[in-house]
Amino acid sequence: MSMLAPLERFRLLQRRRLAAAGASKSILLDRFRLLRRRRLISLVPIVAIVIILPLLFSSAYYYRVAALVFLFGIAALGLNLLMGFAGQVSLGHAGFMGIGAYAVAIGPTAFGIPPVLSFILGALLSALVAFVVGRPILRLKEHYLAVATLGFGILLAIVFTNEANWTGGPDGMAVPQLILFNWPLRGAAVWYWILAVSFLVGAVIALNLINSPTGRALRAIHDSEVAARVLGIDVAQKKLMIFVISAVYTSIAGSYLALLDGYITPQISGFLRSIELVAMVVLGGMGSVAGSLVGAAVLVILPQALTLFDEYEHVVLGLIVMGVMIFLRAGIVPSLAAAFGGGRS
Amino acid sequence: MAEFLQFVFSGITVGAIYALVAIGFTLIYNASDVVNFAQGEFVMLGAMGTVFLGHAGVPLLLAGVVAVLITTVVGLALYRWAIVPAREADAVTLIIITIGASIFLRGVAEVVFDKGFHSLPALLGSNPIRLGGATILPQSLVVLAGAFFIMVLLWAFIDRTLFGKAVRAIAANRVAARLVGINTRIVVGASFALSAAIGAIAGILITPITLTSYNGGTLLALKGFAAIMLGGIGSAVGAVVGGILLGLLEAFAAGYVSASYKDAVGFLVILAVLFVMPRGLFGKATVERV
Amino acid sequence: MANFRVAAAFAAVGLATALLACPASAQVKIGSVLSVTGPASFLGEPEKETLKIYVDKINAKGGIDGQKLQLIIYDDGGNANAARTFATRLVEQDKVVAMVGGATTGTSMAEIPVFQDAQIPFISLGGSIRIIQPVKKWVFKTPHTDRMACEKIFADLKKRKLTKVALISGTDAFGKSMRDQCIAVAPKAGITIVHVENYGPHDSDMTPQLTKIKATPGVQAVINTGFGQGPAIVTRDYRQLGIPYPLYQSHGVASKQFIKLAGPAANGVRLPAAALLVADQLPDSDPQKPVVVAYKKTFEAKTGKPVSTFGGHAYDALMIFAAAAKRAGSFDKAKVRDQIEKTKGFIGTGGTFNMSPTNHLGLDLSAFRMLEIKDGEWTLVH
Repeated sequence: MSMLAPLERFRLLQRRRLAAAGASKSILLDRFRLLRRRRLISLVPIVAIVIILPLLFSSAYYYRVAALVFLFGIAALGLNLLMGFAGQVSLGHAGFMGIGAYAVAIGPTAFGIPPVLSFILGALLSALVAFVVGRPILRLKEHYLAVATLGFGILLAIVFTNEANWTGGPDGMAVPQLILFNWPLRGAAVWYWILAVSFLVGAVIALNLINSPTGRALRAIHDSEVAARVLGIDVAQKKLMIFVISAVYTSIAGSYLALLDGYITPQISGFLRSIELVAMVVLGGMGSVAGSLVGAAVLVILPQALTLFDEYEHVVLGLIVMGVMIFLRAGIVPSLAAAFGGGRS
Repeated sequence: MAEFLQFVFSGITVGAIYALVAIGFTLIYNASDVVNFAQGEFVMLGAMGTVFLGHAGVPLLLAGVVAVLITTVVGLALYRWAIVPAREADAVTLIIITIGASIFLRGVAEVVFDKGFHSLPALLGSNPIRLGGATILPQSLVVLAGAFFIMVLLWAFIDRTLFGKAVRAIAANRVAARLVGINTRIVVGASFALSAAIGAIAGILITPITLTSYNGGTLLALKGFAAIMLGGIGSAVGAVVGGILLGLLEAFAAGYVSASYKDAVGFLVILAVLFVMPRGLFGKATVERV
Repeated sequence: MANFRVAAAFAAVGLATALLACPASAQVKIGSVLSVTGPASFLGEPEKETLKIYVDKINAKGGIDGQKLQLIIYDDGGNANAARTFATRLVEQDKVVAMVGGATTGTSMAEIPVFQDAQIPFISLGGSIRIIQPVKKWVFKTPHTDRMACEKIFADLKKRKLTKVALISGTDAFGKSMRDQCIAVAPKAGITIVHVENYGPHDSDMTPQLTKIKATPGVQAVINTGFGQGPAIVTRDYRQLGIPYPLYQSHGVASKQFIKLAGPAANGVRLPAAALLVADQLPDSDPQKPVVVAYKKTFEAKTGKPVSTFGGHAYDALMIFAAAAKRAGSFDKAKVRDQIEKTKGFIGTGGTFNMSPTNHLGLDLSAFRMLEIKDGEWTLVH
């Protein structure tokens, strides 16, 4: 009797939650079921887009914008694992972008480490940093977690700005080219393919993670930490694990950004960049892999499109962000999916 | 000793600014659980509004009053057109909405006003007060007094009036509040209006020290946000104490450690405090409802 | 089904991007990426206004060699990544023949590879010497370097027989870069830097740092490197603490806004700046006088705002390009580049430019005047 009580309570709770949570939650759950059934098939349209898009591109400019979409898609995907699946907010993820970026900048110039190795070391360093700061930070909840992660991101930005001997200070530093098998990676088209493939690999890993026992444990944490704990899930350990994975995704995106631009400034880990990443996740749709890419696409392409509005650019950008969140509350992809047939075919 | 005192004065000057900005977050949070990321833009609107009405020939006192009223209307509009339509959206969605609002308001300010920096005259002149070899500007004391005044008013308002009871009821349980006949829309809307007004007043009082520009509100709001987390979100006393503590921390860090890392010291202390007291210094311990 | 929608959304986005590519018109296009918003907007805004005014003027006079100019300006918000994207857009989409812009050092440095690869002349408006040293074939700049500002201040200090100084700088790009340059050239100028402090670009009280400077023995003068609101607050706090030594500011505050913000505290402050700020006080014999008076009049009449030297840098860059294109007799990128490099004796708002294959700036120390603020006005120090 007493042994059954927690389980029963959990089921009751789940049912109550489902009933009360309204549209957004049930969309998320539908989405999960869909993902479980379809798994990787859901990536087919994205693969198709990756192949078809270049046919429409008339210049390197398009390749660059599209490459940036996939790049920020990787970062948003990482943050989405943390926010959408584990329900933990982070306002400091750009800090990890900075670690990845400065790793490929400082590694080769100061220590003579080959760029490819620096790239990997950057991801490992981000994982280590996330592991060390994650445990205490993730004990906090909601807004307190938000301010703690915010502080973490700002701390890193301050370090990148002040340690000018290493980072070039606020003016930034040049990043050596990535050379693979004697072939220097340059040109927007090359980066388009690298980033598109990287995003797809990242998406496959994310989908597998979501559908693993760990993924189910994470969703339980998202719905109710207490219930998850009652079910015997090591909440702290799972949260830490997803935080580390999420940091690695973002760090890799940061390394790519540094290599793509060939130049970085501390803005890469600034507060505004962190906010932008969160906005990509929420706009595209929390808990949606495709949503991460759509969110990134919106925020990368909008500033290019809005140059039409000249000085009214920010007015329009603000209105669009507010409008999307008001009318497509669960994010663009889940909301549209629900509007056109509830995500089931 | 004179040096120490000067650091204290600097800390109080900066701390009072953070406190005054931080206190604006309190009411909206209590009534609606929203941390309003557009609060900094209220501060900016109050200040820039006063500056530009003043340029247009309106006497400064009147300009200030009008700017506060305009900002109040903006606060109401934000609630009516952005928060109400999003009704029961979750916290992160609401945060992104207020971030959208802050981008929008900055964009409007950029077009309506300009992109330069502006200042306002200090209320009690700019002759520094000398004390024990250190100096402080009278305006710093004005800001400090403003922060305490608003804190006391807010406390009395929330603790002693029917409206305040309604706010607390809504904070405790929105559905129950509605069931006992509280018009949540009016109460929450009024909280947005009041918070906007507090922000605008803060903007006018601090501008003689901080200067103002169309995007000057964002970073102030960031510090204000950090201050309320240090003090404990939702508590007016916590906001003021958190703000002043943060200011003192930064001043001592700049004086005794390194000016480059003073912001870092501020955040490190906040992190340390949160690890020991996960709800800030004055945050109420709540039992998680399952 | 859902995935089809996603695909549709993508297609829409792709289409929107495709629509951005406007067909090229017959005009000659010159591009500019400026920080019109964000922390460096006080640079980007007057630069944008200046470019617009003078491209219109050039076109009103029939253009260059009968061809009208079309100006394309993008706002990077001070962000290096955005700057690079817009630079790519100018080169790949808009097919500009030259770029006049890049408001800050960080954004300019991110844009340089784009123009070097595409072999398009790029005249930057960024401050740091890193932009043109080492020399890059297609890259030029018009603003004085921060190293020159340091040298000018040190020369003035020597004249006043002051050799021990304290530095206080903003941690923004401009302040940090000039601080490093001052520390680097100080020994050569016979100046000892006895104390260094800094502050964040958005700080609202600098008394702790200034208190430490006040308590440092042997300081004879204080130099503040920084731009934006910081220097105004430093100046006010400096007077609040009653620090008795002379205070020097940098060319980063060379706009009327600084005097307005700092109020009476600004009186007595010295700074190196272009002749533009004291246009009316220049002797008639000064070769720069007609240029700076004309620019000042035009800018103030069109915008209703007081001139700053920042807009002047954009004027110099545009005019150097226009003169080079005229000499080249075409808009051939390589020919225009060669002619820009051969700029000799060009009198601009910043000074007289004499470029060469090894010097892509071409200004010397004489371009800077030492100014002192008296009763809220700029005055020349003789």
